Amino acid sequence: MNIVPVSYYLVLSAILFGLGIVAFVFKRNIITLFMAIELMLNAVNLAFVAFARAHNQLDGLVFVFFVIVVAAAEAAVGLAIVITVYQNRQTLNIERINLLKF
Amino acid sequence: MSLPFIVFFVFAFIAVFGALTLILAKEPIHSALALVLVMISLAVLYLMLGAEFIAAVQVIVYAGAIMVLFVFVIMLLNAGSEERTDWSKIAKYAGMPLGIFLLLWFGHWMFRSTIGKEIANGSLATTTSVSTEEMSRMLFNQYMFPFEATSILILIAILGALVLAKRDDQ
Amino acid sequence: MDFITNHPVLVVSLVKIALLLFIVLTALAYLTWFERKLIAHIQSRWGPTEVGAHGLLQPLADGVKFLFKEDLTPPGADQFLYILAPFLALALGLTTIALIPFGPPSLTWMGVPIFVVSNTGIGLMFVFAITSIGVYGVALAGWSSNSKYPLMGGLRSSAQMISYEVSLTLSVVGVVLLANTLNFNTMIEGQRGYYLHFIPRWNIIPQIIGFLCYFTSAVAETNRVPFDLPEAETELVAGFHTEYSSFKFAMFFMAEYANMITVSSLATILFLGGWLSPFPDSWTFMNYLPAVLLALLAIYLIYDTFVLARGIAKIQLIVITFGALAITAGCFIPIVRDAIQGPFWFCVKIGAIMFFYVWMRATLPRFRYDQLMAFGWKFLLPVSLANLVVTALIKVWPFLVGRG
Repeated sequence: MNIVPVSYYLVLSAILFGLGIVAFVFKRNIITLFMAIELMLNAVNLAFVAFARAHNQLDGLVFVFFVIVVAAAEAAVGLAIVITVYQNRQTLNIERINLLKF
Repeated sequence: MSLPFIVFFVFAFIAVFGALTLILAKEPIHSALALVLVMISLAVLYLMLGAEFIAAVQVIVYAGAIMVLFVFVIMLLNAGSEERTDWSKIAKYAGMPLGIFLLLWFGHWMFRSTIGKEIANGSLATTTSVSTEEMSRMLFNQYMFPFEATSILILIAILGALVLAKRDDQ
Repeated sequence: MDFITNHPVLVVSLVKIALLLFIVLTALAYLTWFERKLIAHIQSRWGPTEVGAHGLLQPLADGVKFLFKEDLTPPGADQFLYILAPFLALALGLTTIALIPFGPPSLTWMGVPIFVVSNTGIGLMFVFAITSIGVYGVALAGWSSNSKYPLMGGLRSSAQMISYEVSLTLSVVGVVLLANTLNFNTMIEGQRGYYLHFIPRWNIIPQIIGFLCYFTSAVAETNRVPFDLPEAETELVAGFHTEYSSFKFAMFFMAEYANMITVSSLATILFLGGWLSPFPDSWTFMNYLPAVLLALLAIYLIYDTFVLARGIAKIQLIVITFGALAITAGCFIPIVRDAIQGPFWFCVKIGAIMFFYVWMRATLPRFRYDQLMAFGWKFLLPVSLANLVVTALIKVWPFLVGRG
């Protein structure tokens, strides 16, 4: 077959999503956790685009567009929160930011 | 092993390599660059799937703006460069094998499922690219409300970031 | 031989890429010569004259100097990122030439158009994608040098680049609205024809505000005067490339000129009509214009060789004169004469924009950083948006009023 079957893309999406979960569970730096969330979002985007190709519909692509935009908004606010947390606790290690108030 | 397969495997391998570097890197800036590598290789895969507008948007917005924001924050805060990854014993000896087993099980079922089979048996035509015009028609006709809602969402995000980053004496 | 006939696209693309890289890299080197000579003449001095005849071997001497300098790495620098940053900057600067059409796509060799490497449906967005990633070269250079001046310079420079990228992209959307497409060749074809029979229908005339916004954003995006505070010597000790020496510094230098060529090519394609000639197609005698100009250059070089030059410059000038005469003779051959029209006008327009770039460098003072950022966000962005809204309104006006 001359074209790559869509299931290959879905397996890659699952692998990336799994690696994102592993990164999210095991890493300690808040910014790295954020990046793991972005990796999971990217894996889901790949699945959307693969299915949009499989069913020959454009709705998947429009959904990917919205996911990218929402990820941008989330990253902006999330990183602003991270900066504020760093200014208050002077650390980015989540194991040391486990008290609501000193 | 025709050319599309080779291109797919090369960029899939680069994407997985980037994701592994994200997990295993000691400095957060290396993890950020690995994520940029993942995003760019995913953009190439979107191109192979015929979604050229989404590939360009992914590189411009995701890899070229969001990740630049991450890199800025990492450079400005300049913290967390020492990272002890002492995973707990349960995680290392029971969690990892279970995780890999779960992954392989899901992959196996995904290959065997009926949807996977009918997709894999080539129920699609040749890879024609989706033009920007078709996508924008759909975006402005059916998905007009989410489009306007995301613009308000971005406005709220800008306001939120401004409020959070403002110093107290201003 | 079978391979060549069975895979024409691959073989022709490889040949085009090799030729283009060679030409663009030589052009980058001689752009430095052009800049130094032009700034010098604007400032009433001579510029480089020693090294070759008219200083033409100066870029070669600079290249040799860069190669033989000591290659230092600052202590504590992140090795991988330190080496990656200049390569990334130069590679991305050179990648966009694959998308630029230098001539009409109808001229083909073995069925593949020779003047454009990749004629995609969304060429414009790809060029913006590549310039977006170019920010990483600057930011990583600043970070990996492990020193405060480069870090400040790198952060300021990359913040400036991403701020002006927004107005760069928005000022171009007016052109996209006029052309209804993102493909470069279709945009250029839409600029054929004349207003009032003698003004070419280039996009600069309906989109003059868009062109001014685009050009200002492009100058800021490429970190050139008057927006070059992050790399000015009196301000931040050369900014993000302070700690780089020898060939890596040369790569940053070349990357800056490559970015200049990229945004200039975009400006000519979008606003100045690309490879179209400003003269009507019926004036076929204008096809001899490149040949005539080269002949004039050859005559000047002959005068220079035999009357003005002395010593070793005379030998160099003899070589250059022969080369010019050979190219002039070549341009009189009909096939070459017709094929070279597109690239000739493209290079003339890029040359005009480069002239403006260097002219601004010789005459304008630089902005302070907060003035720069305020200008980008508070003036250019609203003006680009207003240009977009007005263009869109004018375009749909018949439908709104009910006549469409």
